[in-house]
Amino acid sequence: MEWPVPGRTSTRFWVPAASGGVPDSPAGRMCVCPGPRRIGIPIRSSSLPLFSDAMPAPTQLFFPLIRNCELSRIYGTACYCHHRHLCCSSPYLAQSRLRYAPHPAYATFCRPKESWWQYTQGRRYASTPQKFYLTPPQVNSILKANEYSFKVPEFDGKNVSSVLGFDSNQLPANAPIEDRRSAATCLQTRGMLLGVFDGHAGCACSQAVSERLFYYIAVSLLPHETLLEIENAVESGRALLPILQWHKHPNDYFSKEASKLYFNSLRTYWQELIDLNTGESTDIDVKEALINAFKRLDNDISLEAQVGDPNSFLNYLVLRVAFSGATACVAHVDGVDLHVANTGDSRAMLGVQEEDGSWSAVTLSNDHNAQNERELERLKLEHPKNEAKSVVKQDRLLGLLMPFRAFGDVKFKWSIDLQKRVIESGPDQLNDNEYTKFIPPNYYTPPYLTAEPEVTYHRLRPQDKFLVLATDGLWETMHRQDVVRIVGEYLTGMHHQQPIAVGGYKVTLGQMHGLLTERRAKMSSVFEDQNAATHLIRHAVGNNEFGTVDHERLSKMLSLPEELARMYRDDITIIVVQFNSHVVGAYQNQE
Amino acid sequence: MSYRLLSVVRRQRTGRGWQNWSSGRSGASAAEAHSVTLPAQAQVVICGGGIMGTSVAYHLSKMGWKDVVLLEQGRLAAGSTRFCAGILSTARHLTIEQKMADYSNKLYHQLEQETGIQTGYIRTGSVFLAQTQDRLISLKRINSRLNVIGIPSEIISPKKVAELHPLLNVHDLVGAMHVPEDAVVSSADVALALASAASQNGVQIYDRTSILHVMVKKGQVTGVETDKGQIECQYFVNCAGQWAYELGLSNEEPVSIPLHACEHFYLLTRPLETPLRSNTPTIVDADGRIYIRNWQGGILSGGFEKNPKPIFTEGKNQLEIQNLQEDWDHFEPLLSSLLRRMPDLETLEILKLVNCPETFTPDMRCIMGESPSVQGYFVLAGMNSAGLSFGGGAGRYLAEWMVHGYPSENIWELDLKRFGALQSSRTFLRHRVMEVMPLLYDLKVPRWDFQTGRQLRTSPLYDRLDAQGARWMEKHGFERPKYFVPPDKDLLALEQSKTFYKPDWFDIVESEVKCCKEAVCVIDMSSFTKFEITSAGDQALEVLQYLFSNDLDVPVGHIVHTGMLNQAGGYENDCSIARLGKRSFFMISPTDQQVHCWAWLKKHMPEDSNLLLEDVTWKYTALNLIGPRAVDVLSELSYAPMTPDHFPSLFCKEMSVGYANGIRVMSMTHTGEPGFMLYIPIEYALHVYNEVMSVGQKYGIRNAGYYALRSLRIEKFFAFWGQDLNTLTTPLECGRESRVKLEKGMDFIGRDALLQQKQNGVYKRLTMFILDDHDTDLDLWPWWGEPIYRNGQYAGKTTSSAYSYTLERHVCLGFVHNFSEDTGEEQVVTADFINRGEYEIDIAGHRFQAKAKLYPVTSLFTHKRRKDDVELSDLHGK
Repeated sequence: MEWPVPGRTSTRFWVPAASGGVPDSPAGRMCVCPGPRRIGIPIRSSSLPLFSDAMPAPTQLFFPLIRNCELSRIYGTACYCHHRHLCCSSPYLAQSRLRYAPHPAYATFCRPKESWWQYTQGRRYASTPQKFYLTPPQVNSILKANEYSFKVPEFDGKNVSSVLGFDSNQLPANAPIEDRRSAATCLQTRGMLLGVFDGHAGCACSQAVSERLFYYIAVSLLPHETLLEIENAVESGRALLPILQWHKHPNDYFSKEASKLYFNSLRTYWQELIDLNTGESTDIDVKEALINAFKRLDNDISLEAQVGDPNSFLNYLVLRVAFSGATACVAHVDGVDLHVANTGDSRAMLGVQEEDGSWSAVTLSNDHNAQNERELERLKLEHPKNEAKSVVKQDRLLGLLMPFRAFGDVKFKWSIDLQKRVIESGPDQLNDNEYTKFIPPNYYTPPYLTAEPEVTYHRLRPQDKFLVLATDGLWETMHRQDVVRIVGEYLTGMHHQQPIAVGGYKVTLGQMHGLLTERRAKMSSVFEDQNAATHLIRHAVGNNEFGTVDHERLSKMLSLPEELARMYRDDITIIVVQFNSHVVGAYQNQE
Repeated sequence: MSYRLLSVVRRQRTGRGWQNWSSGRSGASAAEAHSVTLPAQAQVVICGGGIMGTSVAYHLSKMGWKDVVLLEQGRLAAGSTRFCAGILSTARHLTIEQKMADYSNKLYHQLEQETGIQTGYIRTGSVFLAQTQDRLISLKRINSRLNVIGIPSEIISPKKVAELHPLLNVHDLVGAMHVPEDAVVSSADVALALASAASQNGVQIYDRTSILHVMVKKGQVTGVETDKGQIECQYFVNCAGQWAYELGLSNEEPVSIPLHACEHFYLLTRPLETPLRSNTPTIVDADGRIYIRNWQGGILSGGFEKNPKPIFTEGKNQLEIQNLQEDWDHFEPLLSSLLRRMPDLETLEILKLVNCPETFTPDMRCIMGESPSVQGYFVLAGMNSAGLSFGGGAGRYLAEWMVHGYPSENIWELDLKRFGALQSSRTFLRHRVMEVMPLLYDLKVPRWDFQTGRQLRTSPLYDRLDAQGARWMEKHGFERPKYFVPPDKDLLALEQSKTFYKPDWFDIVESEVKCCKEAVCVIDMSSFTKFEITSAGDQALEVLQYLFSNDLDVPVGHIVHTGMLNQAGGYENDCSIARLGKRSFFMISPTDQQVHCWAWLKKHMPEDSNLLLEDVTWKYTALNLIGPRAVDVLSELSYAPMTPDHFPSLFCKEMSVGYANGIRVMSMTHTGEPGFMLYIPIEYALHVYNEVMSVGQKYGIRNAGYYALRSLRIEKFFAFWGQDLNTLTTPLECGRESRVKLEKGMDFIGRDALLQQKQNGVYKRLTMFILDDHDTDLDLWPWWGEPIYRNGQYAGKTTSSAYSYTLERHVCLGFVHNFSEDTGEEQVVTADFINRGEYEIDIAGHRFQAKAKLYPVTSLFTHKRRKDDVELSDLHGK
């Protein structure tokens, strides 16, 4: 039987097939067992035969299979909690669990009930398979579960911020999701920070970076006097100046346990900044500040893992943070100055409206992966010539890691000695974990990985309407031009593009009505969403070959059991920042 | 395109007859207009040359005020008046609105004859369609009320509708209301005709003249500053339509006129192949949100969409004016609705989609009257899309108001003073009008509340009460609890039902009422307006004695219920006054009296006195402890005896409650039930509330809301100002002789009128009706405004109603008149006349028998629970 191609997506990690791995199948053909998601070679197929409307008879068998898995999910509620627990306490176990074909596991789950299962299966099979579909409200509730919008408050109708507000959303494929997002307003300096973080090998690192990075950036941006003031306040136990105003979805949590530890590291950082200051107060360079903040945080993550913590929970946490990884794409908007700092393969895309009303995309970040020649070049230059072939293999760093820059991932940064020392002295969970113990092949001249971001500067113009920050889950499925067009049309609304005017033409009421109904149908998917990011996800997941949202397809994609979801898509996290053209224009006129 | 077309057409048709304007014809060149010099002074300056301004000018000049100047910033009859759809409809919800529209109709009808200017008046009639039974009920209610004021109308079947209009699809209708005397008219031409008539009467009209601001000295209008110079004047009338708000704020002493514009769209088509007859009725399909009229052989159709587009939030904005474009996508739902109603129009060709902003107010009613802060500053604006219908009547009432000092009808519902500065926020207005505009065509069921612009004024207990299940209504921006949903009730189901029948909170309010009768309830009544009047000498007493009809020279600590009357003896306010000391008084008035009462007191107080009037509404939280056990709760909290011997009824004492001192405790409850009002300085509110609730636990205390209060006070025949009482009702007409002390030793406002009335007898009498054959579960509930029939003859209308849980009957309050059978003239109403009648109340066309009472049912006061009524469940705490 043919297993349809779970195209489009691939995991960052290609852990070599250890025990239980399924031999690589030829692209486009797989065995029925969904198997490990590590299926390494990214297959970028444009269509998913699985969801073709005219379903060939054999593939209909797939439906019972999905139900099977779905059922196992129900059975596995306990398993799910367990799984979650594992994920929080050990992403590696979860990871490694996925390395084994899940199907036999389900089989074991289901076996005691097999006779019943077959019975119901037969019965259900006779009934309509559509039963499985999600209704539009169900689809919406899934898509909207994580959506968040923030409007910069207007005072007296005069909004002086160049940012009107932002919409953000994320759709998990991993369970739990490994992507994170953050947004905050700098309170002691001007500007707003927004970022998406794509974790791999668990969510620990992306979580930590999403909590901490903005503080490092904000501190880097602070003038000397403010730093002194804050330090003095800490010293004398006075109330601190607030640095950031967070804009968080209720699901975006901060870890309470580690906040003391994180604060101490941050404080050390600003103390050093204070000491470094030579007294001559110079204008702070945002680019430099961003680079410093990224590097410093990565350094702190690494140090905290090396030093450890007397509290065993924290000790384990800092290790998990260090051994997992995360990419980051952060935008800093202050007036017309837009800086994008990127580490890894998330992307920042500017939506520009041309004079004729059409949309074009301007990329403000470079992906740090094998598709980027300059990155390949950089890696080759940073390592001896004899490693030229091994440093990037099969488009992955050391044949393993897709992004070429990332936070955490000390496996690619520490010396072998250090890794061994830390693992041995670390808690048992770490010690027992195969992945952590595993040393990348051809590991001669670490570090192979850096968190140093590439910073791009863009001066906002009135035609720059919005910025899309998104993890690769989006960019894998949609072309950047489509992304910008869909957001642009969403934000402006259809009628802004082409208002209907009767003018001198002869139009009957009936004709007009037909025209309007048509336009409304086109817009209905726009109206369904109050959030540009949600709208984008709807398209990313539900687009058919004609570029319009196909509900049936959307429903099928969203009802994939979590074990399968990762094969069809990656976590998607999107922030759409809308700019205030009037304010931007006013800035321009001032000069 | 058709803009020009329209104007050309109108110019041609109205080209004669108004040569005698001071500024020459509106066709005069700009240069010519600039050379005109304004008069240095006038008695009245009117701002705005739309239908409102011209109507006021017309009526003023008719009443003999000829020294009137009307200024218009653009051209006459431009603005909303030009683009008005031209439908005159008398089917309104308020009686005063019906009367204004009826008068307008009659005025416009004869205007062409009077002025010689064609107004395009055609008596087409109008048909209001009902797609649902609820809509039909709503129409039937209006129908009943129209009939009794002499406007013919009838409820008709869908089949009859089809006969009246050939193009209508009637398959989904359940009925309709036909108002045959409604008309269509060109509003711009009406305005021009009114202007022409006014100008013949001596009114000077200047167009292309903008008013910059109004000059005010010592709270009195002294003149206006225009772009062409100053004019001194005593009276200023703001008829600036959607710019009235801005103009009001442009003064040094701003006048708050809460209104906001929304874009409004209607469609014009080219003529039909077989044009409709010119008298084809106008169709209003409120369920489809559209109106449709005959227009130059084609169709004019617009509506009030669910998602209106507010405009000019930041004031007059040239950019926005230029951007007023046809928004077809926005119009799509209305177009669909139109084609559903008239499928044959599919092939009709579009001429234009007109976008004409209309002005809306926070409560869907227009704004007229004098500013509370600036004397001589009058306003007539905020027509909620009914400017043409109201224009004539509203202009007349405002002119009466200016000339006589008061209008001939009670217009409190439209009075500018019902609003204060608190409704003036741009954000509030923007949000509220987005709710108001769709509401024009929404079904208006009893007891609906606005959803936007809420939680502006709240008591400090708001969060506590909300957490205990309070459902809220709003009055003058203040949140008041309606009732408290018990924890086990399904909240969602409760909020959604809109009904003309028995409401879903029936049982909830019943248990609250029962608790008031048998144990004790707390109602947060902080919204009441509270003033303090003090003076160094005896002026406070003197002034109050002059302003109020009851004798206020009572011992310290006594509370007096009294009316604040006008010259005609009518209630300007009905309040309770506690004498706190020899020279200080505490005055409690209805919530919406805050602006009106303040203005009245200020106006009538001697200027140079050392009298101190202070609004202390915000300083006190008021808790009403109603019920027989209130005594126990309070005495336990204060360690003071609270029995009637120590604390007689209508008594006020400052005492401690719990830890808090200085609580004003008054032995009255506004319901006739035993209990106390606690006026608590706000910082103690939470403490006192908590103490009362915890001590009250063992007496079965619970929260109650205004619905329970309403039921209690109406069954006891307690009339409330604003609902039952108004400026045209005197104490003698509602059985309150005891609250008037004609012989208190000094004159008071309204005394002469009351003396006169006492001698002559009253012409109407507030009466309580107990519905007899009304099934609470199955029949339509009374609301207010239902016609009362005496011996089959129309005798008046109800003013309020409630279900009495004690009598297990509906109780309505209403005024009974004695209309002469021959002439229709009003005659004296005696107690005997009331008692000898057989009464019926007409609820949406169905008449219910009612017993009339002039005094409350006495058994209510001695209600005792029978021993065998006690259940085990009564032992449970509440």
